[in-house]
Amino acid sequence: MKKVYSVFKPLRHLKYLLKKPITKDFKDIFDNPREVADNYRGFHVNDWEECIGCSTCGEICPTEAITMVERSELEDKDGSLQLRPTIDYGRCCFCALCVDVCTTSSLKMSKEYLYNDPDPDSFYFMPTDTFNGKEVKLGYEKDESSDLLDLERVSMEHLSPDERKGSFLEIIKGYSKEQAIHEASRCVECGICTNACPAHMNIPEYITAIWENNFEEALTEIYKTNPLPAVCGRICTHNCETACALTQRGDAVAIRWLKRYIVDNAPKDIYDSVILEQVSKEVNGKVAIIGAGPSGLAAAYYLRTIGYNVEIFEQMPLAGGVMRYGIPKYRLPDEAIDQDISFIEKIGVKINLNTKVTDTMLADFNKNYDAVFTGSGFFAGRKIPMPGHDHKDCIAAMDFLPLGRDYGRGTVKELDVHENVVIIGGGNVAFDVARTVVRYQNEKFGKSNVMMAALESEDALPADLEEVVEGREEGVKYHFGMGPQEIVIKNNKIKGLKVKKVISIFDTEGNFNPSFEENSEQLLEATQVFMAIGQSPDYSYLSDENQNKMNINRGKIEVKENGQVKGIDWLFAGGDIVKGPDVISGVANGHNAAIGIDEYLSKKNK
Amino acid sequence: MREIKLFLGPQHPGMHGNTSVHMYVEGDIIKKSYLLPGMLHRGFEKGMEQRTWINNIALIPRICVVEPDINEMVFAMGVETLAGIEVPERAHYIRMIILELARISIHLMAYGGIGGPTGHYTLMYHAQADRNRILEIFEKITGHRIYHQYIVPGGVRKDLPVGIEDEINEFLDDLASRYLEIRDLGIENPTIRKRLVDHILLPSEVVWELGVTGVGMRSATNKPYDLRKVLPYARYDQIDFEVPMADYSDAECRVDLKLQEVVQCIGIIKQCLAKMPEGPVRAKMDGNALKFRVPKGQVYAAVESSRGEFGYYIVSDGGTKPYRVAVRGASFPQGLLGVEKYLPGTRLDDAALWFDTMGVCSPEIDR
Ligand code: SF4
Ligand code: SF4
Ligand code: SF4
Repeated sequence: MKKVYSVFKPLRHLKYLLKKPITKDFKDIFDNPREVADNYRGFHVNDWEECIGCSTCGEICPTEAITMVERSELEDKDGSLQLRPTIDYGRCCFCALCVDVCTTSSLKMSKEYLYNDPDPDSFYFMPTDTFNGKEVKLGYEKDESSDLLDLERVSMEHLSPDERKGSFLEIIKGYSKEQAIHEASRCVECGICTNACPAHMNIPEYITAIWENNFEEALTEIYKTNPLPAVCGRICTHNCETACALTQRGDAVAIRWLKRYIVDNAPKDIYDSVILEQVSKEVNGKVAIIGAGPSGLAAAYYLRTIGYNVEIFEQMPLAGGVMRYGIPKYRLPDEAIDQDISFIEKIGVKINLNTKVTDTMLADFNKNYDAVFTGSGFFAGRKIPMPGHDHKDCIAAMDFLPLGRDYGRGTVKELDVHENVVIIGGGNVAFDVARTVVRYQNEKFGKSNVMMAALESEDALPADLEEVVEGREEGVKYHFGMGPQEIVIKNNKIKGLKVKKVISIFDTEGNFNPSFEENSEQLLEATQVFMAIGQSPDYSYLSDENQNKMNINRGKIEVKENGQVKGIDWLFAGGDIVKGPDVISGVANGHNAAIGIDEYLSKKNK
Repeated sequence: MREIKLFLGPQHPGMHGNTSVHMYVEGDIIKKSYLLPGMLHRGFEKGMEQRTWINNIALIPRICVVEPDINEMVFAMGVETLAGIEVPERAHYIRMIILELARISIHLMAYGGIGGPTGHYTLMYHAQADRNRILEIFEKITGHRIYHQYIVPGGVRKDLPVGIEDEINEFLDDLASRYLEIRDLGIENPTIRKRLVDHILLPSEVVWELGVTGVGMRSATNKPYDLRKVLPYARYDQIDFEVPMADYSDAECRVDLKLQEVVQCIGIIKQCLAKMPEGPVRAKMDGNALKFRVPKGQVYAAVESSRGEFGYYIVSDGGTKPYRVAVRGASFPQGLLGVEKYLPGTRLDDAALWFDTMGVCSPEIDR
């Protein structure tokens, strides 16, 4: 078919003369650049206030354009590192994967896309919230669908409140393999948690090992800094999780439960070989340890792995200290403690039970051993000297909890617990008492009536949030922000606890000096009062002569950085009597002292 | 007559991408020719083995510069099959919109590309101007004009920006209204026709011999072999469209088919915009992207690109990186073997047209 062409047809192109050109004058490219789309992926901006230096952006960068650079002027605090990303724009392909994975969302992209400079090094710079010193319009930011993190924790199976309030069964059931691997796959391996952990555990390393389903590696990493993983996997105060990079926008990695997963599930032969592998050849040196609590056991374990001959002296019939006699069974069953201790014994640590160390024994230790470590703990109960505190039904927490534990393990058949009870205190120990009492009451009386009173309001309590939540679920009644005034006694029987509403706990100078609202008095009716306001040490094994040589400040012994007691060279100390407040700090002290003792003995034997 | 050796590419305005063709000519007839790949060799396939699944998103679009989205699509499809990921409904439609916009843009670019060798630059400018509008739409949706990194395993990276539907519709309406004019500029232009009609033939035997797919095959064999129809992915099975075809493949016919496809693309996108449901655009995956593992297995995922069947054969050993990826570049048959066997006999000044109308994209050969 022959086409017919009109000579006028080309004239219709004249209309384009009236259209705006879509091209730009060359000089306009820099002077008057085109504004790009709102979602544009231009040069980065990074808000340094928000950025925590986790390096996750650098981990994901496909072109390896990001290097983390140390900035020591930044504050050194838990939950962030003194690092900030630097980007090499000679490499960057503007993919924005770094933006999508950023844990804090501090890293974004701007609408800036023009930059030229003859100096190639100037293409390597640290994004801040401006670009080249000028305010810029924001371009690409991540949203819910582009986010590359998994911010939701794998939920853990718990006993229901009804199941648990009438029994001492362990509440947390533990992760399955699939759950653990899924949870481990949320970790970005930034190591911020390691910094926050008192024992500086190699957390990202063992989490990665879980993700790779490698028990051997995971156990090895754990035992490098903590010989009590079955315990810590249950009751650790988990500073690591508070600091975890993922808390910036979501749930922390369940570091504690992952640790527990490893120790609960590692096959026994792997466990044995990992533990035994750590022990070096015997070296010449004997160390005595006072107290088989967290710090004593940790010190013993690490000294033994170095090769020392170690002997522990423990006054109670079971080893474990506060783990065995303080923390209730529903949080930490005996089997977990036994598991950790059995491995410590397996490598050759000798534990002498029912042996209370006295001052004469300590003098003998000094002669017969090369060094002594004490982690004797804060085991004596304390009471607030308020009217009525010396009544026999006003009991200090530490005088009750060991019996509660013994009841849980069946060695004690009855506890002295009334039907209506009030507890003073708002820390974890107070909750331990309250929740133990709830269980006992439910078993004995089929119902419970437990009240708690503390100066702090609920959001300022020193206890873990989960204690507060679970306590409430189990039926504990809270009277927080109420200051105890007096234990009211009539006819030699406790009638209740008089409390007043707290206005403030500290005065304007910041000193502890609670003030109360007038006319806010209330009586919490109960016939028994427990006081969980802290514990105190028992230093009867330290002779006056020894005590005079050292500094004891508000019950705590002053030590050098390596754990050596100031004033007594051969004595090292750790745990609650040095610092506290928790098991993992004790473990850290014990490990630290073991290294200190090794150094001390190596020098001495030279 | 004396035989002279000439080079077409890698730096040549008539060459499609950074590859080189060595030609021996006698007079203006090509007597012998072969492709010399390697000019662009960035080792894409090998590079993919060294990157995590997620990081590959940044690499793979580069395997076809003008139509990068097909790479993202086949990669995502492969990973989704292996990992059993269910893509949200809305994401399927967004993916089709992206893929069809890309198809229009590359067809326009190829169409404009015949302006150069035929000496009609107006055609090239007009085609590029329209393509530019598509790039602007891409910029708004994905944040980038060329390498979008937008179709990802699990769906698409972000939802469409507010109001983009209207802009796309407006553009499509405008393009459709100028369809005849655009044809007039090129394929209906008598001088250009002289260069296209009955030139650069692609007989059906050659199609079968080389394994040519796409427009090449459909124009020569009259067979509606289009993966969107025969092995539908995304939601192409829920869209009405036709597959243009013919039984005599000269250069004109192939260009014509591409233009007809543009009309079909406009229809597909419009249907997608109308049918697209609300909802999430990306499936939630367990764990963070750094720890994303794809279960052990192997898969071949393919889509209908502007040049034919484009696929990835992906093998995973269960780790965080692909064990092996092999790319089936759609223009591999005609681009590599075709150049050697069927470029000879063509006139020298038609060589650039040969590449343009055969649809050769060198990175997908040189991967
Ligand atoms: S945009 Fe991509 S290439 Fe550039 S620094 Fe971020 S992750 Fe690296
Ligand atoms: S991922 Fe975000 S928070 Fe972490 S270092 Fe990079 S920019 Fe900072
Ligand atoms: S557990 Fe949290 S803080 Fe620790 S390495 Fe993993 S993501 Fe970082």
